[in-house]
Amino acid sequence: MNFKAIDMQLLNTISDIKAIPSGAINIRKDGKPVVRQSSANIFVGPNSANNGLLVEIKPGTRNETVHVPVIVTQAGFHDKVYNTFIVGEGADITIIAGCGIHNDSHNDSSHDGIHEIIVKKGARLKYVEKHYGEGSGGGKRILNPTTNVILETGAMAEMEMVQIKGVDDTIRTTIAHIGDKANLKIIERLMTHGIQKAESDIRLNIEGRGASGQVISRSVGRDDSSQIFKAAMAGRNECVGHVECDAIIMDRAKIQSIPELIAEDADAVLTHEAAIGKIAGEQLIKLMSLGLTEKEAIDTILEGFLR
Amino acid sequence: MLKLKNLVMTVDNANGSRRDIIHDVSIDFEPGKLYAITGPNGGGKTTLAKIIMGIYQQSSGQIYLDEEDISGLSVTERARRGIAYAFQQPPRFKGLNVSDLIKIARPGIDGLELRLKMRDVGLCPEDYLERDLGPGLSGGEMKRIEIAQVLTREGVISMFDEPEAGVDLWTVQRLIGLIVQKYQNNPRSTAIIITHHENVLPICDEIIVLEEGVIKLQGPAQEIWPLIKDDIQCKMKDQCRSEVCYEL
Ligand SMILES: Nc1ncnc2c1ncn2[C@@H]1O[C@H](COP(=O)(O)OP(=O)(O)OP(=O)(O)O)[C@@H](O)[C@H]1O
Ligand SMILES: [Mg+2]
Repeated sequence: MNFKAIDMQLLNTISDIKAIPSGAINIRKDGKPVVRQSSANIFVGPNSANNGLLVEIKPGTRNETVHVPVIVTQAGFHDKVYNTFIVGEGADITIIAGCGIHNDSHNDSSHDGIHEIIVKKGARLKYVEKHYGEGSGGGKRILNPTTNVILETGAMAEMEMVQIKGVDDTIRTTIAHIGDKANLKIIERLMTHGIQKAESDIRLNIEGRGASGQVISRSVGRDDSSQIFKAAMAGRNECVGHVECDAIIMDRAKIQSIPELIAEDADAVLTHEAAIGKIAGEQLIKLMSLGLTEKEAIDTILEGFLR
Repeated sequence: MLKLKNLVMTVDNANGSRRDIIHDVSIDFEPGKLYAITGPNGGGKTTLAKIIMGIYQQSSGQIYLDEEDISGLSVTERARRGIAYAFQQPPRFKGLNVSDLIKIARPGIDGLELRLKMRDVGLCPEDYLERDLGPGLSGGEMKRIEIAQVLTREGVISMFDEPEAGVDLWTVQRLIGLIVQKYQNNPRSTAIIITHHENVLPICDEIIVLEEGVIKLQGPAQEIWPLIKDDIQCKMKDQCRSEVCYEL
């Protein structure tokens, strides 16, 4: 497969790869797999319904990374895919997903990725998903990911979901079920510009005894963009859950933050913190007193905040 | 070097009346000298430092740096001309770490020097360089990091706003020693320490006492210190031998 420069740039932006890595990988371009490769421990192939991908990681697999980036470069293309990831018992691996859209046309392009992730007993997963859009033209770049995560007994997952820039419209839905002694941490970072709209809806069901869940959201709303952040956390056992959403609001942006705690067990400890505010004047002044211009100071603060 | 000429800063009071929080202040700061600014709370010390840094704009009067009127320059431009200010209450930054900030203070600083600066202010670089400047750092730690930034900037005018506040006694001695060593008799720079500390005031070259926005006293430390000593040192110290005592 020969990739064009545009493709490679998109791939690099969303998954930090400069060349096609060895090991387990699936690259999907405009609705079709263009690179697909399994490794000794990780099977990458079509799912049974043949509408997406099955990635199966053998029990005990350690220190391997699976890349499953998606790029959409054909103007006006609407892509939809169902992917299943099964992380076998005791495995410890990283999945790098992500989607980049390049659209120069006046037609909307979109990608809807529906992911199911099952982390088996005692397994550990690090999941990274970056979203990015670029291109001239009035056609929107739309991404609507849905992620269902199931953590079995003693499993651990850290999911980092980042929207870098250029995505006009996004509705992100994440639903998690956390089993006994399992632990899930979701980190979300988002920046919206222009008239972009972003909505994130996270539902954590902490069902297991001794389980824990954590959602950390950092977002920046600029220009006339708008954001809605919903985090519902249900504790149905002796468990711990914490939601933290922090947003910087600028220009004429609108940000709505809706945390919800649902306790259904007297031993569930659920907490949330939410804060929305502009960049503190003192912070800008401090950086300017070190020689930065106001613009450099703003960029430094935002970059740090979203890091 | 730095010349303040008839500086006035007027603010609106809550009741609509106006008040000078800095009133007709003129000071000629000479290079190679260490100045202390002291005086009661609310006397105008921080306000004066912020006017020099460009954070506040004076209502009237001029500020000259090496004969250039810098009154109209922004904070950024003054910083680039070598004016540095260690805040009385340093702001916190979520997501930026200690080394990020020191690198902004001194672009291109190498790793060795960065670690040295941390040790100077009594912070172990291994423990602190990667620490987030968010709510996780203590007040005293924030203060030391703030001082480290100004020390690394190598400014021509370096202002420290109550460097001793919230810092433990052991470190205070060390910090003050550093500032004195670095700036006293350095012909290219001037340091201004805003302080109430009885160990700092007598060792500065000059003391300026600011009260209600007005310079009440100004002169060499050996002249001024004896005049203000009794106000600053605890009057009951000899009697109670530094035990806490309350006068009824
Ligand atoms: N931006 C402002 N607007 C209005 N009043 C101000 C402003 N900044 C300071 N003041 C007032 O000016 C006076 C001097 O304040 P300043 O902070 O300079 O005092 P200070 O000498 O540094 O005191 P401290 O020893 O407590 O730090 C105070 O009465 C303060 O309330
Ligand atoms: Mg002050």
